[in-house]
Amino acid sequence: MDVHTLAIVWFVLIAVLWTGYLVLEGFDFGVGMLLAPFSRDETERRLVINTIGPVWDGNEVWLLVAGGAMFAAFPEWYATMFSGFYLALLLILVALIVRAVAFEWRGKIDDALWRRRWDWAITFGSWTPAVLWGVAFGNLVRGVEMDADHQMTSSLLDLLNPYALVGGATTTLLFLTHGAVFLSLKTDGEFRHRARALATRLALVSAAVGVVFAVWTQVAYSDKLWTWGVVALAAAGALGALRAIRGGREGWAFAASAVTILAVVVLIYGAMFPNVMPAIGDPANSLTVANAAATPKTLTILTWVAAFLAPLVLAYQGWTYWVFRRRLTADRIPAPIGLSRRRDPAAS
Amino acid sequence: MEVVDAARWQFAIVTVYHFVFVPLTIGLAPLVAIMQTAWLVTGKDTWLRLTKFFGKLLLVNFAIGVATGIVQEFQFGMSWSEYSRFVGDIFGAPLAIEGLAAFFVESTFLGLWIFGWDRLPRKIHLACLWLVAIATNASAFFILAANSWMQHPVGAIYNPETGRAELDDFGAVLLNSTLWAAYTHTIATSMLVAGTFVTGVAGWLLVREVRAGNVDLARTVYRPAALLGLVTIVLSGAGVAASGDWQAKLMFEQQPMKMAAAEGLCETQTGAGFSILTVGDLSNSCEGVIHLVEVPGLTSYLATGDFAGEVQGVPELQEYMSERYGDVDAAGEEISYSPNLALTYWSFRLMIGFAGFSAALALAALWLLRGKGSVTDKRWFARLCLIAIPMPFVAASFGWIFTETGRQPWVVVPNPTGVDLVRMLTSDGVSSSVSLAEVLISLTVFTLLYGVLAVVWVRLMVRYASHGAPEVEAPPEPEDAETDRPLSFAY
Repeated sequence: MDVHTLAIVWFVLIAVLWTGYLVLEGFDFGVGMLLAPFSRDETERRLVINTIGPVWDGNEVWLLVAGGAMFAAFPEWYATMFSGFYLALLLILVALIVRAVAFEWRGKIDDALWRRRWDWAITFGSWTPAVLWGVAFGNLVRGVEMDADHQMTSSLLDLLNPYALVGGATTTLLFLTHGAVFLSLKTDGEFRHRARALATRLALVSAAVGVVFAVWTQVAYSDKLWTWGVVALAAAGALGALRAIRGGREGWAFAASAVTILAVVVLIYGAMFPNVMPAIGDPANSLTVANAAATPKTLTILTWVAAFLAPLVLAYQGWTYWVFRRRLTADRIPAPIGLSRRRDPAAS
Repeated sequence: MEVVDAARWQFAIVTVYHFVFVPLTIGLAPLVAIMQTAWLVTGKDTWLRLTKFFGKLLLVNFAIGVATGIVQEFQFGMSWSEYSRFVGDIFGAPLAIEGLAAFFVESTFLGLWIFGWDRLPRKIHLACLWLVAIATNASAFFILAANSWMQHPVGAIYNPETGRAELDDFGAVLLNSTLWAAYTHTIATSMLVAGTFVTGVAGWLLVREVRAGNVDLARTVYRPAALLGLVTIVLSGAGVAASGDWQAKLMFEQQPMKMAAAEGLCETQTGAGFSILTVGDLSNSCEGVIHLVEVPGLTSYLATGDFAGEVQGVPELQEYMSERYGDVDAAGEEISYSPNLALTYWSFRLMIGFAGFSAALALAALWLLRGKGSVTDKRWFARLCLIAIPMPFVAASFGWIFTETGRQPWVVVPNPTGVDLVRMLTSDGVSSSVSLAEVLISLTVFTLLYGVLAVVWVRLMVRYASHGAPEVEAPPEPEDAETDRPLSFAY
């Protein structure tokens, strides 16, 4: 394949990796955001956390691989975007750090104050990236200030423009809905019904905001006709999720809300193409698939590696979801096994 | 302070911090897998008990290892974007492959191992842990491939049109001699860290239980664990020494300045001694450096395999490099090609010195546990166990501090037998669009956050280690779909 085709292949693959990340972590963030407001007692909080217990770590790796793939396939994009979004990325990283240790450490000490602190970490660690990824993607589509050397010169305040903020609201609401649907899909009994009722309300709001964001993106930032099809797909997903969750069909609702997130990501990447980072002002300063790509040699090696490994990853991650497919209920959450806060005099 | 200084401090802090947890994960994952295998093969409850006990410590550690690793993936782009642009064509590939081939495996199968005790058939459950152990070791290989390329760039060409280093031969990157020596050394070190950890924890608990009158418990549970750790220390210790010697020889060849600095060699000499104690002003000046104690000929031997071999001193190398790579940098200032002499000199010695505690622990344990089924109540041994546990962590840190600060002022060290233009000064690699204020904010945030998490990590590890290995029930066979009993594990 010639270099241009290869670069387009990798543009698509990176879009796929980000889609995988946002669809899978989307419900992790949603579940994390709902932890505090939605669960009524400690057992319910553990029920909520354990719906994503075995899978959240594997879901998060999609981000690391997306980052690594951008570095390898489009070094200029990686360098410009991550140095340009410096403080926003710092906040996201802090959120992901505290969330990761919170999941693992929360149950290690059997103490109310200890758990409350980690619940706070999960809450912060879920809301922050849910909002900021949307803001970041909004700015990517809209374009950023860039000089002729592809150095980003937008300030943090520039990034908080109305369109990007709508993007942030969209991802937050989509993830909240996705999380609520996932909770109703993974639990049973009274809790499942409550989650379903919540998901119905959230689906309405997120469909409304999502459609605004999608149409705005299409009208203002896409010069392609086919992306109207993606806007329609996003709308169909949102409405489908709403209908299915009302009808008590959680599996379909989950699939539909996944389609919505997928469509939004495809819309964003579709609108940008062939740019990877459009410049506001002089379009000649934009980073494109062509001027940001690595060499054909590197891209060819990466393509072979991805062709062998990606199907394998999908297979074993899919198997994990199959292994843990059973619905959870509060009475199946075992008694806490953490040690007491202070040293137990009997143990020493 | 300039951006480059702040960015260097930040990278150093987050990386040293990450590498406190990494070696324990790399080494302990296979050891716990061995324990679980021993349980499946022998059917003895002891091994299940130890699997659960050390498995819990592994998970407490794994969480913070993952959390601190996330930052690394993005830091190159955030603070070192010029470097990322220059090397991305080569450096990015091992990182992407690491994610696809290793991170996905370890994160997915660790989840299956943690939650799968009663969901998976026993052999498959065990296989999950082995996959985690293999993946953590594979991930080390790919990230070291990237790092070794910075130390000794191979398989690359320089494209004058773009001003970038470009990939020429990926096979050469993966077969880099620097990589294989560094990988062997890192894995052996990680096994030493984990072996010392297991012997230290089990040895301390063994003495405690013997003194409390629970001799049976000490003999049946903690003794086998201490012995497993002991075997690990002995084997990995030999590996650390052998791979260290291999690395030193490569370094003299590939990065002569690093080794000259580490030895405080101020003049080119034959039959150079290995100095154990040196005084004088080591802050980048050779004046007044006096070697007080040295082992004759050892440095020459380490470098060349010959006690009378010739090794070059810092001033000669400085002169040679100024001639070859230029004497002024982009800002027009004279370039010093030698790293911080005191830092490299002492970190090299402290690395070796701190590893000595593991040897002491191994000798003591070999002596005290030599008889069949023997246990000990010696208080000094319990104390030695506690002292020895953190020492290889410190040694590993100093090893990395030596490796990384020893390559300064380069971020991509020119390969003496490679393409001269594939090289980059650290000061040229830093992000030009990031302000000092931004880096200082992130530096402060990471340092404080990591500081707090480190304290929590130490307390959790101590709390769980001193709790000892509780009695366990064998997990039930995989449930059929209808049972409603509680999960075997939930967060």
